[in-house]
Amino acid sequence: MAPLFLWLILTVLFVLLRVAPGDPVSVALGGRASEAQMEAAREESGFNDPLPTQYVDYLKGVATGDFGNPYTDPRSVTEIVGDRFPATFELTMVAMIVAVGIGIPMGSRAARNRDGPFDVGSRMFGVLAYAAPVFWLGILAQIVFSVNLKWLPSGQRLSGSFNASDYDRTGFYLLDGIIAGDPAFVWDVVKHLLLPGITLGLVISGVFIRMVRVNMLQTLRADYVEAARARGVAERTVRYRHAFKNALIPVITILGLQFSALLGGAVLTEKTFGWPGLGSALVNYLNARDYAAVQGIVTFFAVVVVAFSLLIDLINGLVDPRVRYS
Amino acid sequence: MSSIVDPVVPEPATGPPPEGGGTEGTPPPPVPSGWRSRLHRWAKPWRQANRTARVLVVVGLVITLFFSVLALFGDQIAPYDEDQYRFPTGEVVNGVEQFESIPRRSGPDGDYPMGTTVARFDVFSRVIIGAKLAMGVVLLSTVLAMLVGVPLGLLSGYVGGRIDRALVLVLDAIYAFPALLLSIIVAFMLKEYLDPGLPAAAVAVGVVYVPQYFRVIRNHTMSVKQEPFVEAARSLGAKPRIVVGRYIFFNVVQSVPVIFTLNAADAVLTLAGLGFLGYGVEYPAAEWGLDISRAISDTVSGTWWTAFWPGVAIMTLVTGLTLLGEGLNDIINPLLRVKGYRGKVRSARDAITIAASSTAPAGSPTEAGEP
Repeated sequence: MAPLFLWLILTVLFVLLRVAPGDPVSVALGGRASEAQMEAAREESGFNDPLPTQYVDYLKGVATGDFGNPYTDPRSVTEIVGDRFPATFELTMVAMIVAVGIGIPMGSRAARNRDGPFDVGSRMFGVLAYAAPVFWLGILAQIVFSVNLKWLPSGQRLSGSFNASDYDRTGFYLLDGIIAGDPAFVWDVVKHLLLPGITLGLVISGVFIRMVRVNMLQTLRADYVEAARARGVAERTVRYRHAFKNALIPVITILGLQFSALLGGAVLTEKTFGWPGLGSALVNYLNARDYAAVQGIVTFFAVVVVAFSLLIDLINGLVDPRVRYS
Repeated sequence: MSSIVDPVVPEPATGPPPEGGGTEGTPPPPVPSGWRSRLHRWAKPWRQANRTARVLVVVGLVITLFFSVLALFGDQIAPYDEDQYRFPTGEVVNGVEQFESIPRRSGPDGDYPMGTTVARFDVFSRVIIGAKLAMGVVLLSTVLAMLVGVPLGLLSGYVGGRIDRALVLVLDAIYAFPALLLSIIVAFMLKEYLDPGLPAAAVAVGVVYVPQYFRVIRNHTMSVKQEPFVEAARSLGAKPRIVVGRYIFFNVVQSVPVIFTLNAADAVLTLAGLGFLGYGVEYPAAEWGLDISRAISDTVSGTWWTAFWPGVAIMTLVTGLTLLGEGLNDIINPLLRVKGYRGKVRSARDAITIAASSTAPAGSPTEAGEP
């Protein structure tokens, strides 16, 4: 299933990008080179080869792990992804933690006093959080916390006083800082992560609150919960020992489903905060019509989504024996 | 958004669904004939719905109607045009009409209730005019998605086999893929074929929602296909076209309104995201997402109004459509339809009611799909 899915993405992207007129050469050199020079450049880079030939060449490369070289960038696609992905990963992980951290307590508390004031309030919050465009929330957060209060930086991953290459081991700055044992660096990274991470997490949290609430309500209706109550188990114990854990199983699945929305949101968040991640890179390369880079990055996103859903399946198997045996 | 893929169980044709509260024992009112009876039957889910669902629908409807009015008459309501930076003072000097410029980046005040942008545009006018594009794209994109997704779903669910497997694979791949990325790529591709504007934006946004219609309609078709009345039609020699068009279609189509409103809410956000990244429409067209992206450079100086108001418009419209969708979902889905529920009934009682209503035969023919 997964390889087929990736092949499908690769093929569709290949066709879509080439159906659109225009090519990297005319965007990069347009107006600065003669038509003959541009034609020569196209010929040299292989953009004039018949499409099936380009397609087969591309697939051959992909099969050996070579995603080609972007026209507008001296680095290979793999290098670009390796360079940019850690930023996106850090951002999405913080957002995920924020979303889960808000969603689980609020959702289960809402289920506990169903139709009470907290329930109504948290449902309203969920709807509004979902309805707020992430980039809008980001800009407001920048105005309040960076421009007016001056508490947090408004963008980038690092202050100018730090040189990332001094620490760069993995590209994951948080990890690099911890390895280097430099608390000042770690604190700077955290400060930069807070605004974008919380903004993105807040927007995603709406869905979590809702899902946790619904699952908790459903679990509280289950026979074994009723049975536990009938045996005289305290309501508190019923809720936390019996219902809570089971209500969380479907939430893991939702985590997987939300991940692709999270990546989409990351593209917007990255643009808002000038975050040097894969999403902002994608938008830049798309505008330059850099086929190889766009294909590589989008395919990488697809790989991440597939890998994440496999991971979720594995976790589900660990947590829920019913999945394992069916 | 898992609610959109919940199968909507058609209402059983026989016997009133169990109801909570004090309405038990009241004999059903005599059903009048003709159009009144039809109206009566159509309004039945509404009468049985609980109060929260009704409130949600009404609030959602009011917000949606408000934005529809802005979309239809925004050009007349807005004090300025979307790209107007000056206005005539009414004086004519030497036969030349005199103009006064709209102030640059001025804060909200009496003349410009939402302030002005750095390009001297009136934010209030642009927010109002932006409703046209938002509502247009929402309507067109969801209709497009429906027109593609519903027939594919019927085909896939009814025919099954290899076609089904292939379609499911392709549409699942689209569904799993980050929606915004897909939209960006399609918008980018369309740039050369369609002028940036409503049609291009609608297609780019609509692509994302095809899989949802497909999924729900396909699954629903597969379950309805097993029903005796479909079997009967087939054994009487009805052609597949008739079976699908007359017997299955009306049974599965009821799930569409709910997906429609929930997708509409999402479409507003996708359009805004596209606009924010510079796809879909071209400046100076009034589009909320685009306006917010233009406002990024204002933040440094603490100018908040250029970003704030378009965002409020997006958030309000999305909230309205979401509430409408949620409410409709509660009303159309009989499993959630428990009249008289006021939150005082403890979960045990609730569970019994739910269990009782879920034993009703699911997937039986409804009023709308008379064989």
